[in-house]
Amino acid sequence: MTVLLSVQGLTKQFGGLQALTQVTFDLPQGQILGLIGPNGAGKTTLFNVINGVYHPEVGRIIFRDKDVTGTKSYDLAHMGMARTHQIVRPLNELTVRENVMVGACFGRENHNLSKAAGIADEVLEFVGLDSRADQLAGSLNVAQKKRLEMARALAAHPYLLLLDEVLAGLNPSEIDGMIQIVRKIREQGITIIMIEHLMKAVMNISDRIIVLDYGEQIADGTPREIANNPRVIEAYLGNSSLADQLLEEE
Amino acid sequence: MKQLKSIGLWVSLLAVVALGIGPIANRSASLRETTYIIMQVIVLAASLNILLGFTGYVSFGHIVFFGLGGYVGLYLINAQNWPLWSAALAGGLTSGLLAFLLGKAILRLRGAYFALATIGINEAVRAFTNNFDPFGGPIGMTLNFRVYNSYGGAANALWLVYYAVFAIALLAVVLNFMVKNSKFGLGLMAIREDEGAAEVMGVITPNAKTWAFVLSAILPGIVGTLFFFKNGHIEPGDAFRLDYSIEMLVIVMLGGQGSVLGPILGAAGYEGLRNFLLTSPLFKNIQLSVAGALLLVIVLFIPAGAVGWLRRRVPILRKVLA
Repeated sequence: MTVLLSVQGLTKQFGGLQALTQVTFDLPQGQILGLIGPNGAGKTTLFNVINGVYHPEVGRIIFRDKDVTGTKSYDLAHMGMARTHQIVRPLNELTVRENVMVGACFGRENHNLSKAAGIADEVLEFVGLDSRADQLAGSLNVAQKKRLEMARALAAHPYLLLLDEVLAGLNPSEIDGMIQIVRKIREQGITIIMIEHLMKAVMNISDRIIVLDYGEQIADGTPREIANNPRVIEAYLGNSSLADQLLEEE
Repeated sequence: MKQLKSIGLWVSLLAVVALGIGPIANRSASLRETTYIIMQVIVLAASLNILLGFTGYVSFGHIVFFGLGGYVGLYLINAQNWPLWSAALAGGLTSGLLAFLLGKAILRLRGAYFALATIGINEAVRAFTNNFDPFGGPIGMTLNFRVYNSYGGAANALWLVYYAVFAIALLAVVLNFMVKNSKFGLGLMAIREDEGAAEVMGVITPNAKTWAFVLSAILPGIVGTLFFFKNGHIEPGDAFRLDYSIEMLVIVMLGGQGSVLGPILGAAGYEGLRNFLLTSPLFKNIQLSVAGALLLVIVLFIPAGAVGWLRRRVPILRKVLA
């Protein structure tokens, strides 16, 4: 199994706040890694550091055998990293298709406009937004905007996809739709790290889970191991019967 | 789809031709002078549109590129005996170079800070010319009138300059259209909508912004040389007028930022309004206040400008108005 992403001892501070402390993990190609933890645990910060939005004080990030610590996010995009945002960031005055074309044009494969338009249409069909292609992105509802975030990231044909709470704010049927999409993405061989609060979903989809609490990595293991880990139960899950329940529903 | 898009270009080019053909048809020198200003304003507004409309950066000091181009061009004609056309090109390239050098530094600033920096640059270049002896310092430079002889006399030279500004207005429109329908333009519009998101998607924002700034500076530099050649004289106060910068913003916003037709409609509409105001006894002293009020009304009620408003109200026009 080749390691796609290796995070080694990442530490990030904001003033006096220790946002991340010595986060370390290897992510093999093709895995879905779930990232969970209480609000403010540093999950999105970890994404921002991996993604080049912030630079870490200590630690290294190796992506596809290259040290990419301190690399700008646009360079990482060209190398095959894509992400969605927890709070959606649509390009409001552009059409849905144009939004996705930006991903295809400037992402890993660096396509020209007409090629990008073709990819955009494919990806929009995949996420179920094809009927909205010519609409302005600003006119979509929240669930559609989440799908748009996903489509933009996929259009880059990335090796690694960072999904930041793509299920938050969706209703149950929308959640099922989105989970289907994530599964299909994995089938294409794309490696995924997903931040998620919805335990049922994250326990079901992930091959492996990392738990952050106050910027510290308190657990790393399979969903079953995580659900039975006493520190995780204390910090995040609340009680152990709940953890069992979550696994029962598989 | 492609064909419909190019209809938008032809509509815009036709609009420029319709505005510019008058003086050529009836050989009227006075009509030529008013139309000259409209053409020049189209060039300035369309250039600013690349930065303001496509990239979303508000430049309050864009006239600096016009003034600097004028200075460099006039200096080359006067002191170095360059022909007008290469001097104008050199003026444009100098402005482009200034934009390139400044770009990486000040385009890191966002919003109001960028706008303030552009005002600062305009004032700095004005102060520089005021104290730079080869450019005549505060007195400026006056063109040696014998220069016009090489262009068939003063009257003929004025016609030549008019044809040139007319052609450059058409070029500015084509440039806007090309940028808008290119991959480069898509990157700029992504920056306009959300710079952080654009960066994460792979748009190399520092480079894209710098090239947008350079593109928006070159044509103003060229028409700067043409204008001050026609004028015969240049001085710091005329070359770097902050009120012109603000008028350019009003024009782009009036016509519709981010559209190809917008700067043309804005230029025609605003110049028409200004001519009315300047000749009306009631408004002639407060025409700039009217411009300010107009900007306020646009920002409050039709932020998308005339073209944006039309596109929203009349969906059929959406495909025709580029």
